[in-house]
Amino acid sequence: MPIPPARSDHILNPGSPLVTLDRIDKRFRNGTLALSGVGLSVQQGEFLSLLGPSGCGKSTILRLIAGLSAPTTGSVIWGDRRTHDIGFVFQEPTLMPWSRIIDNVALPLKLAHTPRTQAQDRAREALDRVGLGGFERHYPRELSGGMKMRVSIARALVMRPRVLLMDEPFAALDEITRLTLNDDLLALWQAQRFTAIFVTHSVFESVYLSTRILVMAARPGRIAAEFAVDADYPRQGYRSTSAYTQQCDAVSAALGHAMGGTAML
Amino acid sequence: MNRERLIGIISPAVLGVIVLALWEAAVDFLHVPPYIVPAPSRIAIKLVTDWNVLGPALLFTLETTGLALLAAIIGGGLLALIFAQSKLIERSLLPYAIILQVTPIVSIAPLIIIWVDSTLAALLICAWIVAFFPILSNSIVGLNSADRNLVALFKLYGASRFQTLILLRVPSALPYFLAGLRISGGLSLIGAVVAEFVAGAGGRESGLAYRILEAGYRLDIPRMFAALFLVSATGIAIYAVLALVSHLVLRHWHESAAGEAE
Repeated sequence: MPIPPARSDHILNPGSPLVTLDRIDKRFRNGTLALSGVGLSVQQGEFLSLLGPSGCGKSTILRLIAGLSAPTTGSVIWGDRRTHDIGFVFQEPTLMPWSRIIDNVALPLKLAHTPRTQAQDRAREALDRVGLGGFERHYPRELSGGMKMRVSIARALVMRPRVLLMDEPFAALDEITRLTLNDDLLALWQAQRFTAIFVTHSVFESVYLSTRILVMAARPGRIAAEFAVDADYPRQGYRSTSAYTQQCDAVSAALGHAMGGTAML
Repeated sequence: MNRERLIGIISPAVLGVIVLALWEAAVDFLHVPPYIVPAPSRIAIKLVTDWNVLGPALLFTLETTGLALLAAIIGGGLLALIFAQSKLIERSLLPYAIILQVTPIVSIAPLIIIWVDSTLAALLICAWIVAFFPILSNSIVGLNSADRNLVALFKLYGASRFQTLILLRVPSALPYFLAGLRISGGLSLIGAVVAEFVAGAGGRESGLAYRILEAGYRLDIPRMFAALFLVSATGIAIYAVLALVSHLVLRHWHESAAGEAE
């Protein structure tokens, strides 16, 4: 049985959220309704995953929060300041192939007119934090896919943003690299206390990483279900617990419902 | 140097030597007169004995070609930067650039030579018209080919229009620009030679093309071949230099120039 899309006031959390999406519709220029009646709020410091099939508007939500795109109706409301305090990680590493690793990481600082030596020092620190100390002088093509993704994360964190937006960052990586990067990402999140919004189509990844999961349905994109993941960090042993398995089953079932509602199209 | 590259150099060289030897033998054996087809040895001797005429002509053609290419780089590059500023500018001006490109240079050259007093300036204009277009069209494509996500990233970090142009769009355009440059290098030589043919100017300002015409009138076919050899050698040298420049600029990052990653 298809479950009805959740009403926005049901999803909204109490307290003062970092950013709120209020009754958002997004229609693309070609007429496609990408998002319909999406309401959600993001709490300071949480690790929120947006989980759903392709075409459900997960990435569109990230672009709205980043200010790269504007909603057709509805609004994106920030608690206090906004943008420039955002780091963004794309599905591809999205590095400048003509620049050395250190200059790629220092890019946000350079665009903000930070003095060069200071920018280089901060970029070096950011590279150390993602475990890539010593690769400053390399070019992107000399690095593996996983290493390039680490560079991309270092660049996103070099400004010490309060919000890190990630759009299926590990989807193109092999399983072993992905598992390692999941743990490293959680370690960074715990150390730096940023708010993470993570788009994925992997149930297992979302359960392992998140404090909260929003399951989305497609055509039009909308929020179908919400889960809180109650497990302590660090979560290295979490995958082998029955709580993890049960959580994955519950989220999978909700995702199945969300997709089943539109599968006959 | 690896085996592949060695073969790439040796095999065409060996073929060239064989063809020259056959040519020499055929001319000798069939008693072909030198005013129809001269033997390679005769052309080589002519190259040395007539160097007092051919040398300055080579220098003049090189000068015209070099200046025209420089003008094509500056003109084509600047026009591309201007076109990249707005779609309206590009849509308004590009058709005229295309008209200039598709009209055969031999048909415009006589007009330019009438209008412009200085022979060198007239030749330069002709060569420039032929040479600038590949740089322009390639650079336009290149400037618009920046990675979508990188453009979004620049926007997210509040980059100015100028920062985005210098730090993202120009580097993205570089491989395209360099590919256009290699084509323009050859075209600037063709433009210079064609314009010289049309101008037919003798005297101090005469290049290899004029020497070919002149030798033809005098039935000095060996000198014609010698001048032709110098034109080809110039073209090859231009291509080699530009390919080397392209390789040096792109070797660290672009697939077209880089070898195996370490």
